[in-house]
Formats: sequence, C-alpha cells, structure tokens
Amino acid sequence: MNHLPAIQVIIPLLCAPLCLLLRWRTGAWLIATIATWATFGVSLVLARTVVLNGAITYAMGGWPAPWGISYHVDTLSAFLVLIVSGVGALTLAFAYKSVQREIRPESLRAFYALLLICLAGLLGIVLTGDAFNIYVFLEISSLSAYALIGMGQRRRALRAAFQYLIMGTIGATFILIGIGLLYSLTGTLNIQDLAARVEMIPASTYGNHTLITAFAFLTVGLSLKLALFPLHLWLPNAYTYAPSVVTIFLAATATKVAVYMLLRFSFCILGQRFVFEQLTLGNILLLPSLAAILVASLVAIFQYDIKRMLAYSSIAQIGYMTLGISLNSHAGLSAGILHMFNHALMKGALFMAMGAVAYRTGSVYLSDFRGLGRRMPWTMAAFVLGGMSLMGVPLTAGFISKWILLQATLEAGWWPVTAIILLGSLLAVIYIWRVVETAYFNPRHEIEHGTEEAPLSMLLPMWVLVGANVYFGIDTSIPLQMAQRAATILMSGGTL
Amino acid sequence: MNIGAHYNYWVAIFLMMTGFYVVITHGNLIKKLIGLNLFTTSVFILYISLAKVRGGTAPIIAPGIEVYSNPLPHVLILTAIVVGVATTAVGLALALLIYDRYGTLEEEEIRLKDDSL
Amino acid sequence: MELIIDITLLTFLGLTALAINRIDKLFCVIMLSGIYSLLCASLFVTMDAVDVAFTEAAVGTGIATVLLLSTIGATETEQRSAPRRPLFALLVVCATGAILVYGTMDMPAFGDPNAPIHQHVAPRYVQQSQQEVGSDNIVTSILSSYRGFDTLGETVVIFTAGLSVVGLIGFRGMQKFGDRQRAAGITRDEMEQHLVLRIVIKMFIPLILLFALYVQFHGDFGPGGGFQAGVIFASGFIFYTLMFGLDAAMRVVSPRTLSYIAALGVLLYGGVGIATMLMGGNYLDYDVLRHDPLHGQHLGIFLIELGVGTTVFSVMVLIFFAFSSRKGLRQ
Repeated sequence: MNHLPAIQVIIPLLCAPLCLLLRWRTGAWLIATIATWATFGVSLVLARTVVLNGAITYAMGGWPAPWGISYHVDTLSAFLVLIVSGVGALTLAFAYKSVQREIRPESLRAFYALLLICLAGLLGIVLTGDAFNIYVFLEISSLSAYALIGMGQRRRALRAAFQYLIMGTIGATFILIGIGLLYSLTGTLNIQDLAARVEMIPASTYGNHTLITAFAFLTVGLSLKLALFPLHLWLPNAYTYAPSVVTIFLAATATKVAVYMLLRFSFCILGQRFVFEQLTLGNILLLPSLAAILVASLVAIFQYDIKRMLAYSSIAQIGYMTLGISLNSHAGLSAGILHMFNHALMKGALFMAMGAVAYRTGSVYLSDFRGLGRRMPWTMAAFVLGGMSLMGVPLTAGFISKWILLQATLEAGWWPVTAIILLGSLLAVIYIWRVVETAYFNPRHEIEHGTEEAPLSMLLPMWVLVGANVYFGIDTSIPLQMAQRAATILMSGGTL
Repeated sequence: MNIGAHYNYWVAIFLMMTGFYVVITHGNLIKKLIGLNLFTTSVFILYISLAKVRGGTAPIIAPGIEVYSNPLPHVLILTAIVVGVATTAVGLALALLIYDRYGTLEEEEIRLKDDSL
Repeated sequence: MELIIDITLLTFLGLTALAINRIDKLFCVIMLSGIYSLLCASLFVTMDAVDVAFTEAAVGTGIATVLLLSTIGATETEQRSAPRRPLFALLVVCATGAILVYGTMDMPAFGDPNAPIHQHVAPRYVQQSQQEVGSDNIVTSILSSYRGFDTLGETVVIFTAGLSVVGLIGFRGMQKFGDRQRAAGITRDEMEQHLVLRIVIKMFIPLILLFALYVQFHGDFGPGGGFQAGVIFASGFIFYTLMFGLDAAMRVVSPRTLSYIAALGVLLYGGVGIATMLMGGNYLDYDVLRHDPLHGQHLGIFLIELGVGTTVFSVMVLIFFAFSSRKGLRQ
C-alpha cells in the first residue's frame, strides 16, 4: 500500500514495452486499456489516502531526499493524477474504433505504447518531488506527444509535430536553464529542500540576480508548454491535425500539467511572497491571460474546421486558468485549479464528439455537420452539453469554475476583468451556437451519407464525461474541496 | 565582475544565443535541428562549468586524491545529452517524412504548398 | 596551462558556431556540428567531466552526425532559403543573452570550491558513495543508484525515440529495402569495392564490440556505463552496415528483433525495481536484492546497466536502419 506512488507511474511505464512485444494487434489495445484502468484505480486509492491522511513521501531507491529522488504527493498532485489517469482510461476505451480509421494498422502497437508512455510521463511530472526528475519526465511526455501528433493522417500533422518539437524543446531547455540556475544557488534538486534554501538567500547580496533570472526562464519555458498567449502558436495545428484520440488525450491533460509545473515552481520553490510581490507574477500573467481569453475566442468564431475551433477555445480556457492564478488570492487559485478539472471534462467530451463525427463522416468541417442532429443524435447531444459547460450555463461544471472566478475578481475589485470574463463566455456562446445551428436547424445534406450514430464503444466514454460534467455541475463538493485544499497548500508554500 | 571568473559562463551564453538564433532565423528544417542541438549543448557547458573545482580532478575515487569536482551536475548532463539526441532523432524522422510528402525541407516552400491547396 | 587550453577551446567553439550559422551547404554544416560536439567533449575533459565527455563524444559526435548524414542522404544537401527576420531574431537573442548574463553576475567564480553546490548534497556522494554503493566511479553511483529513477526515465526516452521512428516510418518500408535493391539489380553495395576500407573495417569491428563490452562492465571503475557502451556497440553494427550493405545487416539482426530487444531492455530495468519492491524495499532499492547491501548494489547496478546498454544499442541501430532504408526511395 505504501508503494502506491511508485506503482502509479510504473504501471503505464512498463506496460508500454509490453505492448510492443505482442504480435497480436488487439493485444496491444488490451494491455493499454487494462494498464490505464489500473492506473485510474490506483489514482483513486492514492487520492483518497492523501485527502484523508495528508501528503505522502516515497523515496525512490531507498535513498532519502535530497540525495535520492523522492516522490511527494499532496492534494494538488493527487487531484491532477485523478484528472490525467481518468482521461487516459476513458480515451483508451474510446480509442478502439477510432484508431481503426485513423492510424495505419502496422503502427498500432507503437501507437498504444507511445500513448502509455505519454501518460506515464505526465503522471511522473505531477507526482515527483525532484526538480530535475520533472524535466526528465517532461521530455518523456513531450517526445511521445510529438510522435503521436505526427501519426495523424494528413501531411500537415507532420508539419505541426515538427513545429511543436522545435518550440517544445526550446521551452524545455529554458526550463532546464532555470533549474540549473536554481541549483547553482542552493546545491539541491529536491523541491522542498530548494524551497527552504531559497528562503535563506538574503535578498540584498549573493544570488538575487540569479534567482530572478531563474524565475524568468522558468516562466517563459513553462508558458511555451502551457500555450499561454502569445507563445501558443504550436497548439492550433497540433490539436487539429493529430489523430482524434491524441487530441482528446492531450487537450485534456498536457497543458494542465504545465500549469501544475508553474504552480509548483512559483509557489513551492520560489515562494509566494517573492514571486507575486517582488516579481509581480500576477501582473505578468494578467495581460496574456486576458488576451488569450478574448483573442482566442474571437479567432475561434471564424474557424470552419471545428477541431481547430475547439483548439482555439482551449487556448482561451487556459487563459481563464492563468487568470485565476494571477489574482494571487485563495479564491482565484481555487478557481484556476478547479477549472483544470472542469476543462478536462468539457474538452474531453467535445473532442470525443469530434472523434465520433470524424469516424462516421470522415470530416470535421462545419458544412458537413448539417443534419447531424438527426443522424447522430447522441453525439450531437453530447456536443451540446459539453458546449453548454464551455459557455458556463448553470448546472454544468463549467458554470462552477466561472462562478468562483467571477467571485474572486469581484472580491479583488477588478471590474474590467470581470467584464472580460463575461465577454469570453458570450463569445463561446457564438462559436458553439454556429455548430448547433448547422447540426439541428439546417435541411438535410445534399449527399446522403447514410451516416448512422457512432458505435457504442465511442458513445459510452463520451457520455461518462458528459455525465460527469452535469454531475459535478450540480454537486461540486468533491472537486471544489480538493481544489480549495490544494490552493491552501500552495499559498502556505507547499509544506503541508 | 572578474572577467576570468566568469569567462566560461559568458562564452556558454554566447554559444547558446548563437544556437537560438540559428533556430529562429533559418527555414531549413535540418539547420533548425542543428541549431537546437547547438543551443542545448551550450547549456551543458554552463552546467559543467559550475561543477568544476579548482585543484580537483575527475570524480573517480583513486588513492591519494582528496579534492574531486562535483559529480552531481555530471549526472544531470549525462541524462540531458541522451534526451537531446533522442529529440534530434525524432525531429529527423519527422523531417524525412515531411520531405517525402512535401518534396522540400524549406519551411517557406512547405507553407506555400499547404496554403495553395 | 589549463586556462590556455580552456580559452582556446572556447574560442574555437565560438568560431564553429558562427560558421554553422553562415554556411549553406548542409554537409559542411553537419561536419561542423560534429566538430562542435568533439570540441565540447574536449572542454568537458578539461573541466574534469570525463563520463560526460565520453557520452558527448559517442552520442553527439557519433550518433547525431550519422543520423544527420543519413537524413541528408535521403533528402537534400543544400539549404536554399535565406535567413528570415534577422533583426527580430537578433533582438530576441540579445535580450535573452543579456538576461542570462545579468543572471550569472552573482554566480560563484569558475572553480570556486566554496560555491553552494559543493557544500550541500555533493559531499555525501564524494565521501560515502564508495561505502554505500561500492563503486569507484562516483558518477556511476549517482546515476545508477542514488538517482537511478532518473536513469530509468532516460532509458524510456531512448525507447520512446525508437518507438517514434517505428511508429512514424514503420517496419514495412525497411524490409522492402532489400526487395528494391534486388529489383534494381544492385547485388553488391558500392563500398565493397574499396579494398582498404573492407579489410580495415573487418579487423576493427570485433575490437569495437569488445571495447563496448569493456566499457559496459567497467563503468564501476572508470568512465563508462550502459549508455556509452550501447552507443559503441551500435557503432560496430553501423560500420558493418556501411561496408556490407543495409540488406546484409538487416539479415544479421532484423528491425523487428531490434524493437523486441529494446523493449526487453526497458523491462529489465523496470523489472529490477519491481523485484526490489517484492523483496521488501522501495522501488529500485538495490540493498534488498542480496543478503548484503553492498552486494545488492553491485547486482542492481549490473542489471540495470545491462538493461540500459541493450536498449540504447538496439534503438540506435534501429533508427539508423530506418533512416538508411529511405535512401533507396530517392535514387
């Protein structure tokens, strides 16, 4: 039982090579599915243990930190692990039929192995308590993501993957520089140890310049990874041209883990006082967040490729998360963290609906949505409900996080920001309504595809996510409490 | 600001920036990857310069030697080198396939081919 | 004396970097990047980082150059477009460089033994690793034991690169290479006509493989270990391929077999950790593998280095095969 943190990452990590060893293609899917569901199960137990008993520390190799690498699991980590592994499990269930249309059969085993490795990488980032270990697992998840995106059908997928590779590696190298500078000041790599030693550095003498530079490089590197405007250029192409399963998985998890890294480095290592008061991270994040919300939502309205529209919508939603962080208040932070959870549910459901549409019609263009409301009723209903969550309609999960965010901005007295949040929701209404109108209120498409509803194996995971959207919109106590607890831990420096 | 004390760091920074410059300005995919390599390898020089101890020697225990250079950055950079070559390999695989499907490795020409469709 | 070598190397590095920026012929640029790697490796030696120098020389100068050359062999050899937005890039680069220089102003002087990083975590490694882990090479102790989990991550990164190449390029293309060659009537590779190369390479390959095994198993006592050994072992195979042709090499060991070996290497490494968990320790705690902690450490390090070496070797050869098999398509 006390090996849980290690098992959480080891299961997907070691099942990946197993996927490659079997000659039988369905076997790879089977191993991957069992692995992801086992991982999800472990994450539930882990989260429960952490919430009830407090943070868990696990020393890899038996060597105590800071000489060895140790995993440190607190409520924030447990929350994210739930999100990532839950999405992973549902994505694998969805994947069975979806990949048949989109991935070459001989690449299937490598595909599932890469998916498992990406999952393991993301989990590793969230669970570890060692800064350099974060870098290694960041590269694990990034490298597999580049390859997964490149396996999309159109040749633009290759271009998108290459662009992401270049920008992602620059970001990762910036993060490496930041970690190196922090190390040069303190001599340690363990996050809690770093926090203690950074506090001891007197502000006036030795090391303050280095600390500011480390912070600058970490922030820029992480902003590249979490696609904060204007460093978001890789995201639209990557999400649009990747295979549907890959888009579902990455959209719901990868950027959230990058936000997690930002939170860890800012609050736990550098310290809230230093980061927000001295270096005004709040102000640095504010403008890009607002720009993301407005500009990305506006651009989304003009997209005819619906996957691309949802990608721009994701950039806007990330703006909401960073806006919550920039408020530097407990409420704002809780809102940002809760939105990570809700966005995963929303976008997961929406992109799954897109995957189903692509599976049946072979296209994701707006014009091909005509009449889909009749021919694929369940899929479009899922899209509508997911869209409502995106807009922030009451009784959906999206409403809760927007509501808490609004409360936080009103509390801080930032009226223009409140107006912008509401404007963002309005813009979301416009771009979702375009799709709904085409699907339900247009006459039948000239060429009758004879399209039928998506297969059950795709509908079930989709509706689990939609159901979760509605459930957590009505009774949001569990995620909200976890988010609030996580915010408390962060604001106290991560020592709880 | 002792020049001798920080010469290593500054040259490393200069090399990093040259690599970064190559990545941003050049349109050829392979040149971009080489620039990326340049950038990351120069970061390694910075790290290893931190580890050196004056009068020390390689961190392999031998009788009679008292002072060793710091082994921890060496370990980190070993890992980073391997990560770097893995990234280069994946990047080159993508570049190969891009060449197959587009017929060119120049970013501008690739963009034109996509936009003209 | 050391300072002069240091300054000379750094100056040459700067010149090489500038040259890489200016030159258009990709073949020259790749050669220059190989030279850059080698100069870096020499610099690392002067800074006492022997393991790092070894890895940089093997991986950066060796493998990276080989892969780059295979790629331009299958694509184009000259860069055609001019640099775009040079002023904007110069601005960004100067700003970033300035921030970095600002940041390093407070950093300890080069070689200062009183720097913070030499006071905290490192002293235990230097003073106690020989008693706790049993290896003379402190870097190997840290890499394999203290921070062994990072090394597992590193092995997975290499495995991921191999997987990516398999997923993107695929086995079928590689195996069709032999058919294409035979169809085109090419029965002997053109290199076979170079008598000197043939004889010398035939003599060298067994020595290279033997040296790789030496590096693998002596990582405890000198610079070396799984990574370097895997790369050197792979270079033996690459030599064979260059001399006798891809078709012959793929008959010695097929790409599919290589992918299995790579998977088994990762499983070996991870499996050692699972074994330690089953025997009562934490993940990758080698102390519990045997009755005596020191023996356990030795066994654990031996096994994981083996896992690392096999994965690195198989992935490097696999990627090389994948890239070389594309050459036939363009001719």
